[in-house]
Amino acid sequence: MTPPRPLYRLDRNDFGILLNILKEKGYLTVGPTRRDGAILYGALESVDDLPIGWTDEQEAGTYRLKCRDDDALFGYNVGPHSWKKYLFPSKTKLWSATKKGSGFEIDRETDTPPKYAFIGVRACELHAIQIQDKVFMGGTYQDPVHAGRRRDCLIIAVNCAQAANTCFCTSMQTGPKVDNGYDIVLTEIIDKARHYFVIEAGSDRGAAIVKKLPVSPVQQTDMDAAAACVENAEKQMGRKVDMTDIKDILTRNYDNKRWAELEKKCLACGNCTMACPTCFCSNVEDITDLGAEHAERWRSWGSCFTMDFSYIHGGSVRPSIGSRYRQWLMHKLATWLDQFGTSGCVGCGRCITWCPVGIDLTEEVKAICDNEEGDPSG
Amino acid sequence: MSQAVHNEYLMYPASFLVLEIWEEISGCFTLTLQPDPVVTTSFAPGQFYMLYIFGHGEVPISVSGDPVETETLTFTVLAVGSVTRKLCSVKAGDTVGLRGPFGNGWPLKLAKGHDVLVIAGGLGLAPLRPVIYHLISHASDYGKITLIYGTRTPDMILFQDELASWDERDDMTVLLTVDSAGSDWYGHVGVVTELIENAGIDPVRTTTMACGPEIMMRFTAYGLIDIGMAASDIYVSMERNMKCALGHCGRCQYGPHFVCKDGPVFAFDQVENLFRVREV
Ligand SMILES: Cc1cc2nc3c(=O)[nH]c(=O)nc-3n(C[C@H](O)[C@H](O)[C@H](O)COP(=O)(O)OP(=O)(O)OC[C@H]3O[C@@H](n4cnc5c(N)ncnc54)[C@H](O)[C@@H]3O)c2cc1C
Ligand code: SF4
Ligand code: SF4
Ligand code: FES
Repeated sequence: MTPPRPLYRLDRNDFGILLNILKEKGYLTVGPTRRDGAILYGALESVDDLPIGWTDEQEAGTYRLKCRDDDALFGYNVGPHSWKKYLFPSKTKLWSATKKGSGFEIDRETDTPPKYAFIGVRACELHAIQIQDKVFMGGTYQDPVHAGRRRDCLIIAVNCAQAANTCFCTSMQTGPKVDNGYDIVLTEIIDKARHYFVIEAGSDRGAAIVKKLPVSPVQQTDMDAAAACVENAEKQMGRKVDMTDIKDILTRNYDNKRWAELEKKCLACGNCTMACPTCFCSNVEDITDLGAEHAERWRSWGSCFTMDFSYIHGGSVRPSIGSRYRQWLMHKLATWLDQFGTSGCVGCGRCITWCPVGIDLTEEVKAICDNEEGDPSG
Repeated sequence: MSQAVHNEYLMYPASFLVLEIWEEISGCFTLTLQPDPVVTTSFAPGQFYMLYIFGHGEVPISVSGDPVETETLTFTVLAVGSVTRKLCSVKAGDTVGLRGPFGNGWPLKLAKGHDVLVIAGGLGLAPLRPVIYHLISHASDYGKITLIYGTRTPDMILFQDELASWDERDDMTVLLTVDSAGSDWYGHVGVVTELIENAGIDPVRTTTMACGPEIMMRFTAYGLIDIGMAASDIYVSMERNMKCALGHCGRCQYGPHFVCKDGPVFAFDQVENLFRVREV
């Protein structure tokens, strides 16, 4: 057990220094920015690139930005992007090959990612990153792309001080307080007199950075204020879902009527899988140039909602949309546990907000639990 | 270090030279491939490789050759779509890419001391042929060997000469059936399950290995359970879409299982709950 590291105060006006230190250390700083009417992850040149004074309103199928009545830097919840866009890029070249003599030679694609510093990673997102670590690096084969990008990536996390209507991290035990896996964690505090952060290092790398910042010691009142922020987020948690025995319940409900209702509702657009920070499925495409001397293999995000996903000779294994939604939900909440020892859902609510027809995972789970069709006794 | 090298060999296709290719039955070809440059290979019966056609695509194909053969690898491919058609039209001297071997293979160790019932439907005999080679060359480790093999029509029967030679062995019985046939077929017509009843199977001391269409494996498994075989003694080989064979692409999921790494062979009691459900 490492002893807890000391907490400090960092003034809002000194936040830019943090970004500068990271840049000096060779990090590419990325984080929330306001673009196209949403909060999206992108390069942060300076503090002013953050969505200062903005917040979001989320509901099933809707997302809207709104001005806040303060100048909070992190006063919103998660948007449609997740950090997987950096760690598991939506399209990657895996290798290329060139004809040589009678055979061919493989040219391994050396992914040369920048050294990322992720700014503003939420508790649920940190859990999602750790879940994808298990998928891509926890088994027999390490994915070189994910492993390479993850190795040097620095995580500056932020405790949520508010929750969206679509959030349910408390139900998934993934938030709103950041608990591990960060290099630095911040809690943003705005009261009448002051705007500052409570800052804590979570790693040696993080501690080395905090040491360079113009921080001051925390008072008990600062710690109380930080705790109050997290409590506020807990109170605001827009959704709740009882996950007790969810794996067993779902496993005995493969034939629940609810799946047929989803067949009528779900558009199989796959938005939920693209927005989800843990979804990891992919497509692979082999291509060649016209002269057929050069070939490439590309990997891109895939979705279990497409027909193609489960295609085998003779047709798709899951021709009905209901069976595809079932596959998705079962995977998230039940079979993920068998595969990786953790749930595949962190309760971020993205799939709820970004579903064009407002299908709500928490509602679906409740409907199935309340109307079990399998014999609950086994 | 050696582990890392091993891993990379499984991630990137290696060049293999086509030594021979011949048509087994209409649209189905057997290829023998040699690593280029030459290295030795080894696989367990039931394992598969990802076969790559330059710039065109990659598909999972089970080894159909003899596991004692370490200089070449043999595959039997049915041309059903774009990549398998290309694979079936390669010529001796061409190059294909290979990654593997992948998957767990058949339970040959667990079956030691038991009778073995091999049940194949259609092309399902290809991934089971290495099992038969192994059983024959280690006959003293096993009891009675029975092969029940069904195809749609008599002209779809694979490996006919070998079937005949296996049937001549004292320690092995070969039973064939077809779904339909003309008047020149003197054998059994019907589904494979019909042959189980009279095959003299001792359900308590037999391990079954079945490969074929899912529906055939389902009827087979329940047929065997009906005569008293334990679901845990019945093994089936599953087929799912596969893009990586590394456990990363998610395409081969079958309930909690990744067919590429947890399978393709499963004990029936592991998957029985899934077999009951449609579209899993
Ligand atoms: C573990 C395993 C072992 C196999 N062993 C053999 C074998 O020994 N001999 C043999 O002929 N075939 C075998 N198959 C089936 C073979 O992989 C498919 O026939 C092949 O993928 C079809 O690809 P295609 O491009 O020719 O067809 P298309 O219809 O053009 O396929 C398009 C894509 O769909 C997928 N696909 C289509 N059919 C299948 C299928 N049946 N299984 C999995 N994915 C599919 C592939 O990703 C393919 O790239 C095996 C499949 C698996 C999973
Ligand atoms: S399933 Fe939905 S709520 Fe859960 S992690 Fe994915 S997007 Fe977030
Ligand atoms: S659940 Fe919603 S977001 Fe997901 S595929 Fe269906 S319609 Fe699209
Ligand atoms: S084939 Fe990619 S996970 Fe199994």
